Amino acid sequence: MTSLPSLPTPKKLGLVIDLDTCVGCHACVVNCKEWNTGGYGAALSDQDPYGADVSGAWLNRVHSFEVVPQEGDVVAEAGDARIVHFPKSCLHCENAPCVTVCPTGASYKRADDGIVLVDEDMCIGCGLCAWACPYGAREMDLAAGVMKKCTLCIDRIYNETLEERDRTPACVRTCPANARHFGDLGDPHSEVSKLVAARGGIDLMPEQGTRPVNKYLPPRRRTPLSASAGMLEEDTSDATGFFGWLDKMLDRI
Amino acid sequence: MHPAPSIILFTTLSGLGYGLAAMLGLGLLDPANIATKLAHVLALALISAGLLSSTAHLGNPQRAWRALSQWRTSWLSREGVMALATFVPLTWSAWLAVIEGRYYWLPGLLGTAMSFVTVFCTAMIYASLKSVQAWHTRLTPACYVLFAAAGGLVASAFFAACSAALSPLLPLAALVVLAVAWWVKAQWRARTRELSPLSTPESATGLGYLGRVRLFEKPHMTENYLTREMGFRVGRKHAAKLWKIALAAGAVVPAVLMLLLSAMGPGGAGDVAVAAGALLAFVAGVLAERWLFFAEARHAVMNYYGGE
Repeated sequence: MTSLPSLPTPKKLGLVIDLDTCVGCHACVVNCKEWNTGGYGAALSDQDPYGADVSGAWLNRVHSFEVVPQEGDVVAEAGDARIVHFPKSCLHCENAPCVTVCPTGASYKRADDGIVLVDEDMCIGCGLCAWACPYGAREMDLAAGVMKKCTLCIDRIYNETLEERDRTPACVRTCPANARHFGDLGDPHSEVSKLVAARGGIDLMPEQGTRPVNKYLPPRRRTPLSASAGMLEEDTSDATGFFGWLDKMLDRI
Repeated sequence: MHPAPSIILFTTLSGLGYGLAAMLGLGLLDPANIATKLAHVLALALISAGLLSSTAHLGNPQRAWRALSQWRTSWLSREGVMALATFVPLTWSAWLAVIEGRYYWLPGLLGTAMSFVTVFCTAMIYASLKSVQAWHTRLTPACYVLFAAAGGLVASAFFAACSAALSPLLPLAALVVLAVAWWVKAQWRARTRELSPLSTPESATGLGYLGRVRLFEKPHMTENYLTREMGFRVGRKHAAKLWKIALAAGAVVPAVLMLLLSAMGPGGAGDVAVAAGALLAFVAGVLAERWLFFAEARHAVMNYYGGE
């Protein structure tokens, strides 16, 4: 049923992605593909996989952006210019436009935990949900002719045959920089909610009215290089014994 | 947005078919004439061809029947339901005209109303998408419905000319609706060109507080489904030229020919050829207009892919 749940879902499972610590290694991208090509639904096919024009369906992609402060125009010349690696997957929006446009009922938002899923046996592959999503979270599998999207690794997070620490999405489990966090964003006391509150987590494209569940932690402000110049002078006030005596003697010379 | 030929053909053909069916439903043409009977058959054929071509872009067309189920929320589903339901009055009217040679107002007017509602639903599929700002306006369904009406009137003038039963009022009505349709379309286009983007790379990444945001590296070196589907650019390059072609073929030529037809009066020599020319030019113009409708529309996701 493509009506969105009428009440706020009791749980809002989702991801919190830390743009400050992501190093852009693409491990989450690869592990997502690896897990999901053998997990829920049709395999994630590639077209022309060993040719020049390789492409395929991926549920998670890392973009890299260059951010240039208004004053500067070249990276590294202006103080705060920086590269930000930007992982992007389905945001499991509360007001998911991809769900309501679905003509078949294949797209739905789960009323208990808020996960947005596609029932691939009902999907006709019209592609309208991918058009409706402003984030590019849905990609058609060209081999199966059905729409693919992040399932939040629904076949891991509730999977009791896995060890408890593995019951998180593949992207979160694999991230070597600990830039991805999984939890219930509907519970203000959960670890992820506290993280969002502490770091000022934000929504992507709030103007689209989608109310995404996933949050992004903005990069911390950097100390300008010039501010660290003073640190070259060493503090020797805690030197004692022989080195303290030597320090004082050398100062006198 | 990628202008898929199947969708352009679908919206153009079914729009013309529903427009013609709507005019036939008003009883504008005498069902005793063989040309009117042909018009009924042609309207149904255009609608069916349009619907069939719309299934050509589906990944799993064998499940297309499922698209009738979600009419509560989905304009695509509503369109499917309306399209099938509209076949009932249209086939009824066609039966009466073709077999019995008579017009009956009940299926006629019902068919007219439902034809326009179906075209409205088609347009709302696009107009309901907030992610494509150019489409997200009431002007979108207005254009679709007006183009269907204009096409229906031009086609009716052609079939009336074929029966040597053309009243001068019909081409004049076509002229008026053509003018209104293209005027509304010009408003639509002016709005699209003046839009300031709702979403920007800054709002898409939330990094605007640090400065100006520019794509440094795409996630993959090659194209993907999203950039192929939403990042189309060829049409934009020739947009100004195509718009002039659309206007000349879809507006100016049929308008001048309709004026000529009205001046010629019923049974004038060569009126069939003039009306046929107007109809063909109109279809060519609408095809160009539909191409632009897709090719010029920008999708919010391109903020993540360095698209302007």
